[in-house]
Amino acid sequence: MKTLKTLLVATSFVLANQAHSADKLKIGFVSTLSGPSAALGVDIRDAFQLAIKMNGGRLGGLPVEVLVGDDQFKPELGRQIAEKYVKLDKVNFLTGFVFSNIMLASVPVAFENKVIYVSPNAAPSPLAGKDCNPYFFVASWPNDAYHEAAGQHATNKGYKSAYLIAPNYQAGKDSLAGFKRFYKGQIAAEVYTQLGQLDYSAELAQVRAAKPAALYIFLPGGMGINFIKQFVAAGLSQDIPLIVPGFGDDQDIIRPVGEALLGTFDTAHWALDLDNPANKKFVAAFEKEYKRLPSVFAAQGYDTAQLIDSAVRGVKGKVEDVEAVRKAMKAAKFDSVRGAFKFNRNQYPIQNYYLRVVAKDAQGRLVNKSIGTVFKDRGDAYVQDCAMK
Amino acid sequence: MLFLLAAGLTLVFGIMDMINLAHGSLYMLGAFLASTFVALTGSFTAGVLLAVAATAVLGMILETTILRSLYARDHLSQVLATFALILILNEVVRLVWGSDAPLPMPGALSGPVELLPGLRYPAYRLLIIGVGFFMALLLYFLVARTRIGMLVRAGASNREMALAMGVNIRLLFTLVFGAGAALCAVAGALLAPLLAVQVGMGENILILAFVVIVIGGIGSIRGALVGAILVGVVDTIGRAFLPLAFGLFFQPRVASAAGPAIASVTIYLLMAGILYFRPKGLFPARG
Amino acid sequence: MKKNIFLTVVFLIFPLVMQASDNLFYVSFASRVMIYALAATSLNLVLGYGGMISFGHAAFVGTGAYVASICVAEGVKSAWLGWPAAVAAAALAALVIGAVSLRTRGVYFIMITLAFAQMAFYLVSSMKAYGGDEGLTLPSRASDLGNEVVFYYVVLFLLSASLLLLHRLANSRFGRAIVAIRENETRAEAVGLPVFRYQLACFVIGGAVAGLAGALLANHGKYVNPNVLHWSQSGELMIMVILGGVGRLWGGAIGAAVLLGLEHLIADYPIAWLERLAPNYQDHASLGVGLVLLAIVLFAPQGLAGLADRKTRGGNSAAA
Repeated sequence: MKTLKTLLVATSFVLANQAHSADKLKIGFVSTLSGPSAALGVDIRDAFQLAIKMNGGRLGGLPVEVLVGDDQFKPELGRQIAEKYVKLDKVNFLTGFVFSNIMLASVPVAFENKVIYVSPNAAPSPLAGKDCNPYFFVASWPNDAYHEAAGQHATNKGYKSAYLIAPNYQAGKDSLAGFKRFYKGQIAAEVYTQLGQLDYSAELAQVRAAKPAALYIFLPGGMGINFIKQFVAAGLSQDIPLIVPGFGDDQDIIRPVGEALLGTFDTAHWALDLDNPANKKFVAAFEKEYKRLPSVFAAQGYDTAQLIDSAVRGVKGKVEDVEAVRKAMKAAKFDSVRGAFKFNRNQYPIQNYYLRVVAKDAQGRLVNKSIGTVFKDRGDAYVQDCAMK
Repeated sequence: MLFLLAAGLTLVFGIMDMINLAHGSLYMLGAFLASTFVALTGSFTAGVLLAVAATAVLGMILETTILRSLYARDHLSQVLATFALILILNEVVRLVWGSDAPLPMPGALSGPVELLPGLRYPAYRLLIIGVGFFMALLLYFLVARTRIGMLVRAGASNREMALAMGVNIRLLFTLVFGAGAALCAVAGALLAPLLAVQVGMGENILILAFVVIVIGGIGSIRGALVGAILVGVVDTIGRAFLPLAFGLFFQPRVASAAGPAIASVTIYLLMAGILYFRPKGLFPARG
Repeated sequence: MKKNIFLTVVFLIFPLVMQASDNLFYVSFASRVMIYALAATSLNLVLGYGGMISFGHAAFVGTGAYVASICVAEGVKSAWLGWPAAVAAAALAALVIGAVSLRTRGVYFIMITLAFAQMAFYLVSSMKAYGGDEGLTLPSRASDLGNEVVFYYVVLFLLSASLLLLHRLANSRFGRAIVAIRENETRAEAVGLPVFRYQLACFVIGGAVAGLAGALLANHGKYVNPNVLHWSQSGELMIMVILGGVGRLWGGAIGAAVLLGLEHLIADYPIAWLERLAPNYQDHASLGVGLVLLAIVLFAPQGLAGLADRKTRGGNSAAA
């Protein structure tokens, strides 16, 4: 009798969850919101929700419900949450992942169920080339891009040798491959560290022994914070110039590391001081709402929301027709904070990349100032392997 | 620093015959408390000292309330109960502080120190080595030269006998646990600026601490010291040189992956090897 | 008897009901619960009946998971080949690890099993060919068991078969010997029982079944990554065992069901008054789990099955 009662209760729970209105937009947002790299996911989420708020709680005219999940930097957890959002909550869009490895583990469930994933950050090379997928859209930049621009910058500056460090995962591989694609000098060493590693004493000892002309690191989030702190503590910053990709010294790193970053060069697709109306509006609104300056991640999160907004508007709210939504999204008719935005045929963006340097702005705050353009209208190196039109 | 954790752990295990998985959580608490106190007082030293004291007190409270009932139970119950404590403490910390609480390095110590011309070493790490050394001496003095130390040693080698001789076991246990907690806190607070202060930081170092005390012999502080040094050396050498050695034979990606992996495994191989030949560790305290 | 028939019917028609109401997610969830029940039961054999506190059990689950995944990834798509391979690999691992570890006792045993699990974890993480840290995504399930309902029945069958095996084992001479060894090793040895061999056999059987659970787990999520081998996963399994009842036939299954069910309920069905009391309580589900576990260890060491037994006079458990 007891079992029967429990069964009835359980089934009623389940059936009650079926209330599913088709005139509302459901978005599943899974990201890294805790741990040493939480600042990245938090920035994306905050900017994403800001964009929705600025649109009156709607995207493309439809009221939005955003389900937020924390993958805690664990791929299997990210996958579990993604599966739940796609299969149980039946979201219309999935988005949010910061790290490529977590994303790669989690998006297959979206693709299988014809749910569009819009990436606000991770954009690894396999999905740009041979594994390109019609349900995968990138609102940020191809994983290699910042690194290609950095390699070009190192070439431009004439550094004779470069020491490279990245974590041992897909994005790490992509990053150093990108750097080497445009760097014409000598590679002193190519070191892959463990993802999530926080103690770099061994690696720093090796750098010191190698005495390169420049050091290029790709260490997102907490990894970079710790590395740079230890780099400075070991006195190596006095000898070896450090180049990083744009997010390696953006606001989330500047906050904990501080003045030690002054003078570091980096490359990115966006900067705080980019001169277009969408950007000015975004930066002002973000600062007002959250009392801090947005990082490149926030800019990407904001653009993701805008992109979804443009797609939904393009199909006049009829999001059940996924093919139509795809077409509308591909058209990318929105005002990006980075300026012009268009998709390549593999649904990765074609855009400019700028050289930036860490300096103080008019109010004495540490920011990244854009000082030049490294690439104009660059796509990515993998599009030729993609079978999509 | 590993020695500090291992010393506390080995004492608790040796004297109270209790496996305390939550030892790592005390380390975590020490780090978080240090972060708060340093921010409150503005002074690194004061903050650390306060954190150590607070953790010791918290440890003793934990001991008198929950852990005391576990002494008589079997190891499985202790393992499970202290594992439950890890979960609880992790979440409590997350509730109070959020997932992490960065602790910046004290300004004076964040630069390098010129040990020899051209050989620069981070000043902060010198401090850690110094403190570790000092604590080792202090512990040695306490355990080998004082009356309390004698009681501790007696309890470690033969608890029933010590009880029979009229030692106030309850008080001794509480104090030992408090001391263990304090050691954890010192390690946690000092390591905080170097590593990330985050929820779950205790688990990683806990395993290493257990490996150390198993290698060194349960109940022996000397064993903890030797074990910690052994483990530390093997780990660092492994991580620094194995990838280089592998790099001679394999491509960078493989070498970079295999190197640290094999290095991590070396520690466990070391432990397995030692246990095979000396099943009670290098310096067992028990007769 | 009536209760048993009723339960059997429920388990059998559950997925069909869910499918009819377009709730395939719950069928998938139920499969997942059953897979963990299988893993927990295998640990129960080693831990509950055998008294061997192995913190490395996740290594066997992981071995099974990886072998099964590698089979599919390399093109060996038949489950008839892949899954037995997984079981065999896990059994072999258990044989090796058991042979070395069972020479030690007490906390040393715990430590050495933990060490082996960590070794396996690091080794697997370094296998870049099979994903390494990022894990391995399977293109499809073995033998194309993509249909959730069919997969559910497969898992149900395997779980039932394993529980039956455990029941037979526990009530056999082997089972009684193992329990005797657990109770008092010296006495068992004095009576002439070859302690080491029995313990090793128990350990290997447990490892083999764990491997099967691992293979099922990898196929269920079509994804495996080194975290499956982490010692905290061993801890989770232990929680399930103790929650359900150490050394009791249904201990593992009950523990898995309760733990996973609770986690899902807490995370996905907010309770209004609790929300007001403690906002964001859903993010802190582990706190509740920890408290419950602590309570059980301190006050109800026989787990939920034990509590149930106390209520009905004369339970049907096989615990001594």
